Amino acid sequence: MTEFLAMGGYGAYVWPCYALAVLVLGLNAWLPWRRHRRLDRQRHTRPVE
Amino acid sequence: MFGPTLDRYAAPKFFYPLAGRLVPWLGTLAAALLLLGATWGLVLAPADYQQGDSYRIIFIHVPAAWLSMLTYMVMAGGAFVFLVWRMKLADMLAKCCAPLGAAFTALTLVTGSLWGKPMWGTWWAWDARLTSELVLLFLYLGVIALRGAIEEPQRAGRATALLTLVGVVNIPIIHFSVDWWNTLHQPASLTRLDGPAIHPAMLTPLLLMIAGFTVYFVAVLLQRMRCEILERERDARWLVELDAP
Repeated sequence: MTEFLAMGGYGAYVWPCYALAVLVLGLNAWLPWRRHRRLDRQRHTRPVE
Repeated sequence: MFGPTLDRYAAPKFFYPLAGRLVPWLGTLAAALLLLGATWGLVLAPADYQQGDSYRIIFIHVPAAWLSMLTYMVMAGGAFVFLVWRMKLADMLAKCCAPLGAAFTALTLVTGSLWGKPMWGTWWAWDARLTSELVLLFLYLGVIALRGAIEEPQRAGRATALLTLVGVVNIPIIHFSVDWWNTLHQPASLTRLDGPAIHPAMLTPLLLMIAGFTVYFVAVLLQRMRCEILERERDARWLVELDAP
């Protein structure tokens, strides 16, 4: 396991890459999802004219 | 103009529920592909004989770079359709592409930098490939800023579309930069006339990640467009009728 995490001495470069990818992809999925939920909720609570 | 079928689906009224049905499936597929590709790339694929384990950055860097350019071409397609046929859904498509493209481009630049440091000995070089990719990031940011600066949506859409189409010239420059100039960056390994120059043990996870990133892009793009539709069409009759029993 330690060996795997060390990535042959390149762990300090490889892991930040993957962490950043998770962050970027995660945020770009979560933000539109949250925005849509809010908009949809507003739409349903707004009185219909 | 596009035939009755496409015209129908290009109407927000039809696009909105259709996209809503597609997003969960695409999202699940993307997550599965990315998980499989990343596990394969990090655990099963062998180390490179020259670059050791540092090359595993490729499984993020190359898909991100591919998406940074694909997103631009999709955005340009939307811009073109909006300019010529005034289709509002095409403008929404273009608008929703910009922040995603900027994110993919930033990810490409940072992961490339993290790969460049151990392999080239530098975080950054003013090399043709790196510089043209940086220009791409500025194009995305410029497109976002321009749209934000114009209040009237139609005018904002047209101005942004023009800037987007002018910027298309940068895409072939990015792609061919490694052939046209002497660069630090390695030449293409996948898109070669004589086939990919990567061993299958490394190629398979790379293709899985590229597929995963692409499906992910479509899923989040559709979800963004759904938000855009809800905002722009909030008073439309079809939206009110959507929930009617």
